[in-house]
Amino acid sequence: MDRIGIREVAPVLNGIWLFLMVVGVAVAAHTGKAQAVTDAAFAAARLAIDTMIGLAGLNALWMGLMKIAERSGLMEGLAWLLRPLVRWLFPSVPRDHPAVGAILMNISANMLGLGSAATPMGLKAMQELQRLNDGDKETATEAMCTFLALNTSCITLIPGSIIALRAASGSANPAEIVGATLIASTFAGVVGILLDWLVRQSLRARGR
Amino acid sequence: MSWVSALSLWAIPALLAGIPLWGAFRRVKVYETFIEGAEEGLQITVRIVPYLVGMMVALAVFRESGAMDLVARLISPVTARLGFPTEILPLMIVRPLSGAGALAVTADLLKTQHPDSFIGRLASVMQGSTDTTFYVLTVYFGSVGVRRPRYAPVVGLAADFAGFLSALYVCNWFFG
Repeated sequence: MDRIGIREVAPVLNGIWLFLMVVGVAVAAHTGKAQAVTDAAFAAARLAIDTMIGLAGLNALWMGLMKIAERSGLMEGLAWLLRPLVRWLFPSVPRDHPAVGAILMNISANMLGLGSAATPMGLKAMQELQRLNDGDKETATEAMCTFLALNTSCITLIPGSIIALRAASGSANPAEIVGATLIASTFAGVVGILLDWLVRQSLRARGR
Repeated sequence: MSWVSALSLWAIPALLAGIPLWGAFRRVKVYETFIEGAEEGLQITVRIVPYLVGMMVALAVFRESGAMDLVARLISPVTARLGFPTEILPLMIVRPLSGAGALAVTADLLKTQHPDSFIGRLASVMQGSTDTTFYVLTVYFGSVGVRRPRYAPVVGLAADFAGFLSALYVCNWFFG
């Protein structure tokens, strides 16, 4: 889940950003903190650049290493390990359908934090799942919902960009959160898969 | 718990040596490939800067004005019941919506709280245990023309919330 990149839903963020700025300044007018707000805004703009400088080298190091991992077939290895699980999670997808391969590569890339590799594979998987959709093409199939659940709640093996950010912020032990992240993200993944299964079963029971 | 700290301590050194070694074993041109990836890493870092500036400035304005305290006081009965520090709330709101925005919120928290404080560690674990659910929904479903995602958003958000909760409990357990 830990992917470096922009990844955002602009319409909602327009509202949030506007809210933070306008309400912030309005409250400042009320509390008489105009100067403090001005200083904080300028300091934050500089802080963003400091963060970028701290991050740049570490991101370069990380992405460089991960590119080697990608070329040497790390994703394929992980995909091979995950194959039985994916077949079990997608009963509606035929065993050797191309969708299985794309889903596997996407999940493997996600677990390794390889954002640039994960998204193309995810889009390919969606295309293949849409090909298997024999109902209304504008409505998500069960397999698509499972894929989304798997994708958004995937286990994080190595949270590379967060370690980089912690190091850039002056942590004494940037990687100390690796174990905790592994456990917490595994739990989130199990909840995602379980919920998807439960909702699917209950909708089927009601004949929908 | 000792194996967890050992894992955290040795994860990076093991990767620094292990990945190139394995790459060489698989006949990858390790240095050239590293350079290629490093270039991508730099490009991405530069691309997220505008997002960092936008979100970090908005958060600073909201906090320094006292608005953050007002909101924190309003919702603290709810978050306190679950055990979340109120400072972490902006991260929980932005996380499902924006990857770069969440990174900015985390950077802001690490700076104002210190990365090795409880909140700093919690923000780090939360960031790694959840995902930009709405982004994935929009892009993945949008790419094949699916307009009715059915129960997928609910399940995705519930999984994010499970990630937040488990991050909190794991952090209490490890670092509390």
